[in-house]
Amino acid sequence: MTCEWRDKIGAYLDNELSEADDLAMSRHLRTCQDCAMAALGSRKLKVSIKRAASGRFVPSPEFRSRIGKAVAPRSRSLPSWLPGFALAATAIIVVAVGLGLLLRPRQHDVLVEITDLHVSTLASANPVDVISTDRHTVKPWFQGKLPFTFDLPELQNSEFHLIGGRMAYVAQGPGAQLLFGVRKHQISAFVFQEREGFARLGAAPKTSQNLAFNLETWTDRGLRYVVISDASAADVLALAKLLRSAE
Amino acid sequence: MHDDRGNAETFEALAMPLLAPLYNFAHWLAGNRDEAEDLVQETYVKALKGFGSFTPGTNFRAWMYRILRNTFLTSRTGLKATVSLDDEENPVTQPAADDDPESLLFARADQEEIRRALEQLPVVHREIILLCDVEEMSYKEIAELAGIPIGTVMSRLSRARSSMRSLLRTKLQGARQ
Repeated sequence: MTCEWRDKIGAYLDNELSEADDLAMSRHLRTCQDCAMAALGSRKLKVSIKRAASGRFVPSPEFRSRIGKAVAPRSRSLPSWLPGFALAATAIIVVAVGLGLLLRPRQHDVLVEITDLHVSTLASANPVDVISTDRHTVKPWFQGKLPFTFDLPELQNSEFHLIGGRMAYVAQGPGAQLLFGVRKHQISAFVFQEREGFARLGAAPKTSQNLAFNLETWTDRGLRYVVISDASAADVLALAKLLRSAE
Repeated sequence: MHDDRGNAETFEALAMPLLAPLYNFAHWLAGNRDEAEDLVQETYVKALKGFGSFTPGTNFRAWMYRILRNTFLTSRTGLKATVSLDDEENPVTQPAADDDPESLLFARADQEEIRRALEQLPVVHREIILLCDVEEMSYKEIAELAGIPIGTVMSRLSRARSSMRSLLRTKLQGARQ
């Protein structure tokens, strides 16, 4: 004869009994040896199945990256918004370059180049090559890629956050481009070795609002820094100060 | 435009962590890698397309499993596997009395034997055991994703488990003799 409780053992082990039934079952199991043995067996089976079947089949890295590409927000599998996005990006570049050409004073050629870099970065599907909010990840990424090194500030108590970095080339020289975010705006900070082309910009910190972007530039220990964004002049200045204080 | 991108980002963030368990589940259902990959890929494409109809805050995991399950059921393997399996109305056949208490019996079963037994189960039984024991879903979640009443979840689960037990019992006792 089978005990009337026997049918509920499964639900008991699955945690699916009501509180009252659960309590009653626990009590029953202390007194009914048959049910206790059955519960033990069922529990063993449940655990063994979990162990044997969970993670038994693992997606290959190729497959994982195939799915990753298919669901990535900027992938080609999202044609509904892509044309609009591309159009907007092109428009931004055209307007920015146009503004740059109209407004650029001659001696600021190098700034036009940097402005273009900043704008094309924002329009890019892959704005940064190293994506990290951690300065201790971003800085080492440039090791071996640049003939110089630089320091990144602690941003924890500021309203800025690090988005990532990429290599940048201005006048055929390599440099670092760091992308920061502040509210909805993005700010590029460029670091190059100081060269003749930059000399006219002056060594002392200088704020500029040319080219329809806010811009801050200075030199420090042989390196030229340029911070540029469509964010407010105050934001650009604040980030520039943080960068200057980095050690 | 902005919203679509935001959606896609949310979808990616929600869906990618489920890739490994969904793939495991798909492989257990389909029985081979190619079909499992097709199933999972189709699931992700369908889910991304239909993400607008997903209500934020509700059970995203169950929603993904439901899409995968429906995709499987309409695939060739799925259609073949589920023909004439509606045995819910039939009485449960009690396994013959055995000498060994189950606790001792299953203690001897190694992972390979459990896996083989699981593979031999009819697909609806394998599925419900996976959802309950491996994915640790509640009866309610399983009922919703499979579109069946909770009572059916319970009877199907109990039937699936007794099939699993008799398969193992046959294997283990057979091996001993």
